[in-house]
Amino acid sequence: MLTATILIPLLGALAFSFLRLNEPAYRWLACGVGSAPLLLLVAVWLGFDTSAGAPAFQYVVDYPWIPALGIGWRMGVDGIALVIATMSAVLFVAAIAWPAETRGRAREYYAWFLFLEAVSLGVFLTLDLALFYVFFDLSLVGLFFLIGRWGHGDAERAAIKFFVYTFAGSLAILLAIIGLVLATDPLTFDMRTLIAEQPLAGMDLRATLVLVGFVVGFGIKTPFVPLHTWLPPAHVNAPGPASAVLAGVLLKMGTYGLIRIPYSMLSETFARYAFVLAVLAVISILWGALVSMAQRNLKRRIAYTSVNHMGYVLLGIAAAATIGGEQAARQMALTGATVEMVAHGLITGALFLICGAFWQRTGDYDLEHYGGLSQVAPNLTRFTVLASFASLGLPGLAGFVAELQIFVGAFSVYPWLAAIALLGILITAALFLQMLQQLFFGELPADRQGFGDLARVEIGTLAILALLIVVIGIYPNWLLTPINSATAFLTAGF
Amino acid sequence: MPVGDVLPELSVLVSAVVLLLAASFMRERDQWLAAPGALIGLTVAAAFCLAQLGEAPRITFSGVWALDGASIWARLIILATAALSVLLTPEWLRTDRRHGEYYAIFLLATLGAMLLAGAADLMQLIMAVLLSSVTGYTLAAYHRNWPLSVEAGMKYFLVGALANTLLVLGVTLMFGLFATTDYGELATRTNDSPQWMTHVAFSLVVVGVAFKLAAVPAHTWMPDVAEGAPPPAAAFLTIAPKVGAAIALARFVDLFPQEDIAWRAVVATIAVATMTIGNLSALGQNDVRRMLGWSSVSQSGYALMAVAVLGLDPYALPALLFFLASYAVANLAAFGVVTQLRGRTNLTDYRGLATAHPLLAAALILSFLSLVGIPPLAGFVGKLALFVTTIESGYAWLAVVALVNTVVSLVYYLHVLAPVYFAEPARPMHTLGYWAAVSVFLCASFTLALGGLADPLWRMLSQATLLP
Repeated sequence: MLTATILIPLLGALAFSFLRLNEPAYRWLACGVGSAPLLLLVAVWLGFDTSAGAPAFQYVVDYPWIPALGIGWRMGVDGIALVIATMSAVLFVAAIAWPAETRGRAREYYAWFLFLEAVSLGVFLTLDLALFYVFFDLSLVGLFFLIGRWGHGDAERAAIKFFVYTFAGSLAILLAIIGLVLATDPLTFDMRTLIAEQPLAGMDLRATLVLVGFVVGFGIKTPFVPLHTWLPPAHVNAPGPASAVLAGVLLKMGTYGLIRIPYSMLSETFARYAFVLAVLAVISILWGALVSMAQRNLKRRIAYTSVNHMGYVLLGIAAAATIGGEQAARQMALTGATVEMVAHGLITGALFLICGAFWQRTGDYDLEHYGGLSQVAPNLTRFTVLASFASLGLPGLAGFVAELQIFVGAFSVYPWLAAIALLGILITAALFLQMLQQLFFGELPADRQGFGDLARVEIGTLAILALLIVVIGIYPNWLLTPINSATAFLTAGF
Repeated sequence: MPVGDVLPELSVLVSAVVLLLAASFMRERDQWLAAPGALIGLTVAAAFCLAQLGEAPRITFSGVWALDGASIWARLIILATAALSVLLTPEWLRTDRRHGEYYAIFLLATLGAMLLAGAADLMQLIMAVLLSSVTGYTLAAYHRNWPLSVEAGMKYFLVGALANTLLVLGVTLMFGLFATTDYGELATRTNDSPQWMTHVAFSLVVVGVAFKLAAVPAHTWMPDVAEGAPPPAAAFLTIAPKVGAAIALARFVDLFPQEDIAWRAVVATIAVATMTIGNLSALGQNDVRRMLGWSSVSQSGYALMAVAVLGLDPYALPALLFFLASYAVANLAAFGVVTQLRGRTNLTDYRGLATAHPLLAAALILSFLSLVGIPPLAGFVGKLALFVTTIESGYAWLAVVALVNTVVSLVYYLHVLAPVYFAEPARPMHTLGYWAAVSVFLCASFTLALGGLADPLWRMLSQATLLP
């Protein structure tokens, strides 16, 4: 089942190379193919066993690929992987359905999107470290072509910077993976074995070096300060749907990777350095919020809020790893971090799609060139306000559920750090309110009179994301149950 | 004499002679028939090589010829490289009056590279290096009316003449010190000679072999040859001698115990210098063929990583062989695309290739991504094996250096891929023909297959041995 989740979009992408259709047909076909993984994942979710004695990883598949090196096609999900993969699939469908400017190359555009969907889901669904790296790298290739070909402004440069920067990170991960795996005997890349064996326990220096490799690699991807500088240009020059996927899905690979690999496989070492990570998290939270506030460019502003939000996720992970913390609090922090990943994916995905709508209408991201749009574009106003409020953590919306749990958990472990981090929420609130005021209220500039409201497809796409944001905010239980089954396992170890 | 042990070499040699004679009598428009002829010779040689795989590793032919896994696999890679380059040739040389002779020289160059891989005696090593060099100069300068080609041949020759002299000098010293050129005897020799003399002789031989490998300090010919030689010849010259030389170097350095000569440090240093210089020089290139030449230098550096840790880890030798094979297919694909595009080399001429020729662009993308080591392509498995074996052997720092270099290399590969994919074509782009297209298609498929289906090859390579 999980294998099909990856293979269907992958084969779809391949089949697109041989098809000759008109542009809307490509889009709807891509939508159909891209929804298949979502349906499969929903089916997996429905069949996922969350009872107390259930195995951590379910729907496991295991075929040998290079047995001599211990590499295999291994798939399986726990609660965390399941919800993040499902969120990613939702976002991919939304991004594909979004009416994008394909510049006469619809076939390739949608083929790359399906390819990216396949490999991104692969990152979350695999249980083999080598395969994880394969998918992790391929996601860079996919996004590189999407940004470079269909981006705007200095897209080529931004694409190359993005690829080189994040590739450096993934090579750091590769070295760390090798350093970790070589401690097993016989050699294996099987995540389940690595989690059970904790191969580097008791090897101080080597474990630390391997941890540094993972933290640097995933840190670039997440990204946290000071490894975030590739993010703003990549976002600003990317087409809207690619941006949505970049923020919503690819950034999650960093934090998901931290939980799946160093947190689980090097738990002793990871716990020892949890405080350092928590400090990094707080710096990211504040830095992201402050720098975001200073941006006049709409897309840059939202890009920096990603740095801020991923800081919350990191804070939750660090709090969960800390030795001596109460288990309930640590579990809550980790659950919160996972919910934040889902919430951020949906919210920021929606916001970047909205940015795409702005670009398609005016080709301008400068906030000061806008004003009073609520008069001409009421639907756009509604969705932007909803997403912004969700992003700043308004109760009743998805962001609140996540941040509440992270902070409750973090307060019991690092009260001072959590208190400082709360400032970040305050600044975020200010920057979103200021942005909304600038865009939608006040006087409508003369050259924005003809600004068109959202089209039907755009409304439909955003409505699905908005609905999920609201449902998670009001009734999060269905989401928390599978996550809790995984976090209980992950925080029980020590 | 066990003639049966050199049947692959004999078939290449015989084909070369036959083709040379035939070419002198064939009409000009029939000369292309030499290409299928060469392919037949290479196939027969490969069949003989495959038959040798099952036999026990041994030193044969009066102790000068090693018949072990390393030499057999290296020769198979060389033969495959040669065959795929032959496919690129007939359309390229269609209008050349000396078309037929080309294949004779080409096959002799193949023979030289094969001899390098099997040499188990210093005299044999000299012979192999010289045969491979002399034919190489000719191939590089084959367009004798085109200044760049002549320049390439000339530079190749000048660097080669110096390096070959140093090699001969080194071998002379070795013989003076140990009274033997036989590898087996060198490995078990008694050590009563002055230490510094051994060092000098050792260094001279290493430089001589490094020349064939395009490794520092004798690497300078590579970019010129890649730029100026006919692209089918450049494809061959950037790969085949390198494969042979890598095995020759491994076989030679392995003779000396670490206490006598710290050769691991020497090889590791050469590896670092080679990959770094190659990558940094490739960075600013706007000429695709020249860039490929420098990238080829840097790839030699990666291959040397495995030589540096030889014997410390059982995976070192299979990693070296697998990496060489993956490099060969990817590099052949790149040069194949250049050939198929009629040798266009200016970066701006590649703008919009993806629109004009999507399949060629795809082959180029696959090739470059494999050279970088992006999974699941051949280059990824090759590099993964290299990293695993260097780290396992305690040379993690070397893997880190290679990793930084890999990131740098991504920049110049993307520098080419970006206009290929992101720009629109300005003029129609003409291609060469079906032979070259077949070669490109095969190489691109191998690049994919060696990654996705790496297991069978890896398993067979793991059985390979290296005799002294």
